Amino acid sequence: MPEVTLDEVRHVAELARMALSDEELERVRRELNRIMDYFAELQQLDTEGIGDTSHAIPMTDVYRQDEIGDSLPAAKIVQNAPDSIENFFRVPTFMEEE
Amino acid sequence: MAFRPMVGLEVHAQLLTASKMFCSCPVKFGSEPNSNCCPVCTGMPGSLPVPNRKAVEFVIRTGLALDCKVSDYCRFYRKNYFYPDLAKNFQISQYDEPLTYEGRIDLAVNGEPFSIRVRRTHLEEDTGKNIHLSDGRSLVEYNRCGVPLMEVVTEPDFTSADQVREYLVQLRRLLRYLGVSTANMDEGAMRCEPTVNLVDEAAGQATPIVEVKNLASFKAVHDAVSYEIDRQHWCLENDAEMQQETRRWNETEAKTTVMRIKESADDYMYFPEPDLVPLTPEREWVEEIAESVPELPLARERRFVEEYGLPQYDAEVLTEDKQVADYFEAVAATCGDAKSASNWVMGDFTHLLHESGQTPDTCKLQPENLGKLIKLINETTISSKIAKDIFPTLFEQGTTPRQLIEEQGLAQISDEDELGAIVDAAIEANPKAVADYQSGKEKALGAMVGYVMKETRGQANPGLVNQILREKLSE
Repeated sequence: MPEVTLDEVRHVAELARMALSDEELERVRRELNRIMDYFAELQQLDTEGIGDTSHAIPMTDVYRQDEIGDSLPAAKIVQNAPDSIENFFRVPTFMEEE
Repeated sequence: MAFRPMVGLEVHAQLLTASKMFCSCPVKFGSEPNSNCCPVCTGMPGSLPVPNRKAVEFVIRTGLALDCKVSDYCRFYRKNYFYPDLAKNFQISQYDEPLTYEGRIDLAVNGEPFSIRVRRTHLEEDTGKNIHLSDGRSLVEYNRCGVPLMEVVTEPDFTSADQVREYLVQLRRLLRYLGVSTANMDEGAMRCEPTVNLVDEAAGQATPIVEVKNLASFKAVHDAVSYEIDRQHWCLENDAEMQQETRRWNETEAKTTVMRIKESADDYMYFPEPDLVPLTPEREWVEEIAESVPELPLARERRFVEEYGLPQYDAEVLTEDKQVADYFEAVAATCGDAKSASNWVMGDFTHLLHESGQTPDTCKLQPENLGKLIKLINETTISSKIAKDIFPTLFEQGTTPRQLIEEQGLAQISDEDELGAIVDAAIEANPKAVADYQSGKEKALGAMVGYVMKETRGQANPGLVNQILREKLSE
């Protein structure tokens, strides 16, 4: 199993929007490598002829019909939000990207 | 220069379902903020999405109409990103297993045929809406969040802005024909993002791919693609630096500006959505959907020219809307005169439809009755002038034209004796016109025809009046 490098940790931290100090980066790298050891163990299993598996249950094609049901009252939708106004969520402004 | 444009297109279309993609909240616009929401579309912990079968059907139907293959196994994926227009921090989308793939559409611009390969059609969920305030805060609401969104992606086969526009026009017509989307760009029901770069195949060189956003109309797409092609040519000629980036179209200044540079943070960490099981559209279902695909607008347009002998323009206008095309065919079948049917449907009929805000399916006038009206004109039972006069009443009441003509006593007078007597009176009353006519002024006849028409409230057969007048005046 190849070692997780510091650059990889930095990349993943960036994707997760986490600011890590040099010590934290190194600690996370060691911890990730310990986790990778478990995968190394799993890799010893014979998986010949088994496709990639994303679901543990052998089930496909679960649908709902196109029917309208009840929504929640808007006040309930925003009730757990740290900040809201007139049933809008209110958040610190963010860059319009997509 | 051997560089040529290479343009690809991603089109998003909101699907015309009653409920959202993964929950039963209504697809409804203009509601109070967050009033069409539930734990699923606002990403509350523990909620479970369940796909809307109709949305899947719509995407397969569109794929089939674009000559795509239908996957027999595909999954939803999570597209992870940090942006509050989705409450979950990911969008449920599809990744390398789209519902349909490898299609094509054959089109033409100014008689020049071209083919566009369709890479895929897939399904995802729409995002919520943001309002940015000037006080450093933003408002977010999720009524639109979870509305089924279809993405149609082409290969980069377009070589000009004109081709891109033609494709969009035809795709919009197709989506409307299929009944899967309103495809209205100004309402955001259809959105479009082109990718543009230049390639020199012989030299194996290409400029970096630029994606253009903020395009709210076909004209904006056309102008932005055209601008971007010119800009990249300019950069090449002037050795200016280019990079892979997203650019925003600025409508007022008619140019694109850098929005953001592609970087490693664009890694969306796609992985299979564990809350949704795979889809394996069964063969019978796909066949059923294939049968529900109507004759497609381009094929119908060609048939209208060949079968009915209509001018290309008429065929294009009539097939723009499926209901109008269906209506026209029913009118033509009743009267057996396709060109007149086309004139009436494109003219007076469409005019009154728009004025009254109706559609061919909801208006009272049955196509058979418009067909009969045209027949009555062609059989000279009524004049076309009278037909035009009574048309608004027919349209409003939906009665048969014969009934209306009888009620109002409007049948054309084609009785030679009866007309002869009125013509005599016309000659008597217009001595000057008679003299003018006899001294060679052909136009003078008009005054006497007018007299007869007035006397008969427009019901005299004009051809016959002319004929009788000439006979009597040459006696």
